[in-house]
Amino acid sequence: MEGDIVQMGAYIGAGLACTGMGGAAVGVGHVVGNFLSGALRNPSAAGGQTATMFIGIAFAEALGIFSFLVALLLMFAV
Amino acid sequence: MATEEEGGLVFHPMDQFIVKPLFGGDVIHWYTPTNVTLWMFLTVLSISALLVLGTRGRAVVPTRVQSVAELAYGFVYKMVEDVAGKDGVKYFPYIMTLFMFIVFANFLGLIPMSFTTTSHIAVTAVMAMAVFLSVTILGFVLHGVSFLKLFWISAAPLPLRPILALIEVISYFVRPVSHSIRLAGNMMAGHAVIKVFAAFAAVAVISPLSVLAITAIYALEVLVSFIQAYVFAILTCVYLKDALHPHH
Repeated sequence: MEGDIVQMGAYIGAGLACTGMGGAAVGVGHVVGNFLSGALRNPSAAGGQTATMFIGIAFAEALGIFSFLVALLLMFAV
Repeated sequence: MATEEEGGLVFHPMDQFIVKPLFGGDVIHWYTPTNVTLWMFLTVLSISALLVLGTRGRAVVPTRVQSVAELAYGFVYKMVEDVAGKDGVKYFPYIMTLFMFIVFANFLGLIPMSFTTTSHIAVTAVMAMAVFLSVTILGFVLHGVSFLKLFWISAAPLPLRPILALIEVISYFVRPVSHSIRLAGNMMAGHAVIKVFAAFAAVAVISPLSVLAITAIYALEVLVSFIQAYVFAILTCVYLKDALHPHH
């Protein structure tokens, strides 16, 4: 019984950790949206900055990945 | 055969990631050839086919295969030069190897009934740890103790520096974690989504919709496969740049 409740808590926590995805989505959307609005104003400078955009996306996404990591830990390690 | 596979009403979307021994049996030792071994071997084989056989002719006017190989080479070379700088070009072969391996592993994983080696954290963690360790060792070899200045940001006001140093140290050691899980998570989630829609295809009412969704998501996955390999390689370049020039 007690183990079941712990298991339930872990599963609920893992599900709640998925809300972190929303934060990552906002972050990545913000990066790309701002890149695009800048790129449309000055298209000649946009080509050189795509790499920077991808690095920015990767860093914004990293924090969403940590929520996935927390979910994994709750599912399999706790 | 085909009807038998599609008729499987209940299959778990995560079943595709199970590591199985290639020649039967249940026990997996470190030397057991598994489906991971097979698909890694195929990855290496196809990279060799593209890069070695494709450029064998060394034609001035390249054939189709040769121009793909040249395109890949030029793409990665420019990326290393742009992000890591001129003195990062020395480490170009390593980044080229990483990029080609990941891009081919991802693309081969998109073939139906195949196995995605990069969807396993064990695979990507080894690659990310290799990058992390080699970059850290490189930094200490090139700069000695002054490599630690990477964490001591001299541009910031003095009272802020200890706090920033703490944040920098944490973010430095979190690098291999995010580096590996980003790739594995993206590959795993994307392929699982395709399989979830594939399971819906067995229900007659929504089957056309589900086939359409699979097509759309498959196209998205092709894009994601390439972008994740690109992101892995470009982050390696960023880490390399930090090791080459630790002074902010």
